[in-house]
Amino acid sequence: MIQFLIHEKADTVGVATVDIKAGEMAKGLYMDSQEQVEVKALQDIPLGHKIAMTDHQVDGSVIKYGADIGRVVESIKTGEHVHIHNLKTRRW
Amino acid sequence: MGNRKVMAYRRENGRVGIRNHVVILPLDDLSNSACEKVAFNIKGCKAIPHAYGRLQFGEDLELFFRTLIGTGSNPNVAAVVVIGIEPQWTNQVVEGIAKTGKPVAGFSIERHGEIKTVEMASRKAKEFMHWASELKREECDLSEVWVSCKCGESDTTSGLASNPSVGNAFEKLVAMGATCCFGETSEITGAEMVCKERAATPEVAEQFMAMFNKYQEMIDRNKTDDLSGSQPTKGNIAGGLTTIEEKAFGNLQKIGKTINYVGVLDKAEAPTGKGLWYMDTSSAAAEAVTLWAAAGFVAHFFPTGQGNIIGNPIEPVIKLTANPRTAGDMVEHIDYDCSAILRGEMTLDESGDNLLDMLVRTCEGRLTAQEVLGHEEFVLTKLYESA
Repeated sequence: MIQFLIHEKADTVGVATVDIKAGEMAKGLYMDSQEQVEVKALQDIPLGHKIAMTDHQVDGSVIKYGADIGRVVESIKTGEHVHIHNLKTRRW
Repeated sequence: MGNRKVMAYRRENGRVGIRNHVVILPLDDLSNSACEKVAFNIKGCKAIPHAYGRLQFGEDLELFFRTLIGTGSNPNVAAVVVIGIEPQWTNQVVEGIAKTGKPVAGFSIERHGEIKTVEMASRKAKEFMHWASELKREECDLSEVWVSCKCGESDTTSGLASNPSVGNAFEKLVAMGATCCFGETSEITGAEMVCKERAATPEVAEQFMAMFNKYQEMIDRNKTDDLSGSQPTKGNIAGGLTTIEEKAFGNLQKIGKTINYVGVLDKAEAPTGKGLWYMDTSSAAAEAVTLWAAAGFVAHFFPTGQGNIIGNPIEPVIKLTANPRTAGDMVEHIDYDCSAILRGEMTLDESGDNLLDMLVRTCEGRLTAQEVLGHEEFVLTKLYESA
């Protein structure tokens, strides 16, 4: 069963389509290429929330829809939860 | 998919409506009470109270008249009774609606008092109800049904599935020759260059950027922080959306992948031709849908993630969600559940077809969840303080 979806190959995050538990090897699917991928979840990722597909450094970008969706404000490891605690808007 | 036929109401001006409302429209806040009394007296007609209409001026007053006249002129409305405190602005609304050729009558309260006004207006409303109740649906093209869209309480499932379902349906509708519209200027922030590229011509692209920049200047002028307290909303954040940029790219999934917008509309401005249009609107659901209804749109696609429950008194709001949790615990608000896409059990193309099927059913009389639950949010957009 697929547990998360990734919009595009270039994206650095996936979106949980079920609740994912910390420690699970979560199964994901790239929506553009239909390629499958596995990532070990380091934290709980609730349905709808983002899981990091790569490590992210502070001031780097999170890529989703193949586009920059904001600035990393705390470093993020592959498999961690990406949300308002480590990602901020570059606008306003 | 070819152009489908639907049974709907063809109005005096040739436009197609999917509802047959007799509306009791207050000119101003003072006249809400009389309108509600008329709607109580005469069963089946509908009062649509609102908060404004006094001492507005300039561009704000123009928008007010455009919204009221547009609401009465909407093809989902068969006939209108307008009630205002004084006759001059009341008649301005009556004359604006009368240009459609539909029956409309105005009453003013000053020099009559409310009781006598309610009696006179009730007699006229009764006459309109009898007349409207005998109007027959006739065969129309689905492409004659103007459809608007905006999402609300979005989450990441909106960008994955429910918004792209609308995009797929819009691509099919526009291919049939339909008139469709999207908007939500502030929620394009971060994806504005992608949106600009979707304009049909360089001139339209520049018009979009002018609207976008004007809205950004308004936000910059009035903001007290980075808007993280209100945009994304608390519901968006609970659903996993983190930044306005992420929300904006999800939002734009509603216009599909292949269609370009042919023009840019001011708030409550009617389009002048077929195709996909962009309207400058707030992202607040009730305000935006009220503007589309006033521009003449007769059905609305509303994808939601966490479960926005908004409706409109005259433009049926078809609600869809891809969030399985919302489809379960908010089930009474949802017309179409597309969460099967997230499980890999349905394609976007199938989902677009399912949404069009729901549109056809709604056109032919199926009441939306919002209509059955009585959600009739009619919210005027106010540009600045009254004088």
